[in-house]
Amino acid sequence: MTLTYSPRAHDDHPPFLYSDYRSTAKRAPSHGLIAIVQTLTETTGPGPAWADLSVDDADLTTNAGTGGEAIGQRSIVTGRVLDENGDPVPHTLVEIWQANACGRYMHWRETAFPAPLDPNFLGVGQCRTGDDGEYQFLTIKPGPYPWGNHPNAWRPAHIHFSLLGPSVATRLVTQMYFPDDPLLDIDPIFQSVPQHSRNLLIAAYDHAITVENWALGYRWDIVLRGARATP
Amino acid sequence: MSDHDRHQTPSQTVGPYFTMRLSAEGENVLTSPETIGQRIRIEGRVLDGDRKRIEDALLELWQADSAGRYHHPNDDRNDVPEDPAFNGFGRCATDFQTGAYSFLTIRPGPVPHPDGGMQAPHVSVTIQARGMLNPTFTRIYFDDEAANASDSVLLSVPDSRRATLIAERVDITDSSVPTFRFDIRYQGDDETVFFDV
Ligand SMILES: [Fe+3]
Repeated sequence: MTLTYSPRAHDDHPPFLYSDYRSTAKRAPSHGLIAIVQTLTETTGPGPAWADLSVDDADLTTNAGTGGEAIGQRSIVTGRVLDENGDPVPHTLVEIWQANACGRYMHWRETAFPAPLDPNFLGVGQCRTGDDGEYQFLTIKPGPYPWGNHPNAWRPAHIHFSLLGPSVATRLVTQMYFPDDPLLDIDPIFQSVPQHSRNLLIAAYDHAITVENWALGYRWDIVLRGARATP
Repeated sequence: MSDHDRHQTPSQTVGPYFTMRLSAEGENVLTSPETIGQRIRIEGRVLDGDRKRIEDALLELWQADSAGRYHHPNDDRNDVPEDPAFNGFGRCATDFQTGAYSFLTIRPGPVPHPDGGMQAPHVSVTIQARGMLNPTFTRIYFDDEAANASDSVLLSVPDSRRATLIAERVDITDSSVPTFRFDIRYQGDDETVFFDV
């Protein structure tokens, strides 16, 4: 029996070329993708081995190691990694990176936005999903930040997510957004997603996750391509 | 229409700041002293539609070990030995000044094709970057492998584009390791072949 993965649902993903997001103009493939029969090259992948080698580092409020705490709205971000059939995807490495509460990244390329850095916040973390597919981070809510795409362009608050998943075919890099953000309506990167799927990128505020006198709770599930057994 | 309960979570760009998390120093070296197999270097540049450098691309390499075995539970062939000193996974961010990348790895062994026979040795590469809303997937083959002539994936690619998948062995005087050159190009007649994996 061989495991393969359901096709990439191109209709659920953004197009390669989306003119409102200007940098796609020279970086989108111009030929069509070529179909391939999934072989072991595609149905295996680095996820399981890297999950084995990794350690959880899921508290972004203190993982700068300074002894101090990051400034910002303390937030629990949790959810399940599932496949299209609704089955949990365990043992998956989830890596995240984000701006600080002021919208500033701790990255050498960020020089244009004069917002303060927070010495107690690196903005990176990782964890592995459990048997139920669940992941959880403790972080601070990132701030929106300006970018050069068009005049007065601002990205809505977001956290970058990377999931290696069980195979090359399930590789996913995406962004999680927060509910009720007015910038979502005018963000070309978010708007590049087909309308029927945009809500899948927005976390839900969940009062059951919120911890009294401590942190707000957000729930966000992530769906990867489904495995199917081929006899 | 999808026959699934749920829609796939949409892809978004990796953006310009992924190196905060996704390509630590040394992750482009797949070998350790114990790794079995012939050391090779794979290097090249990632280029946009104007053939300007893509200075902020993330490349992820995935390959079998020297015996053709993947370090993964789905590869459960008991008759192919597994090299415990090789994971087969590397990451490299392109150089900000030049758009160049490089990996130090081993020449992979052949792996089977589900329709029968063996595939020519190859590695899988996944590319993401600022300005790319989805990942692109390609394969690197090696120009000194006779098995390329009968590889069913290569043969499924139109003649005129096949060469974009084949890395060229180049002589680098200051390197004792055989070096293969593989540029990744977006757009144009010589665009790299990208697969719908
Ligand atoms: Fe960002």
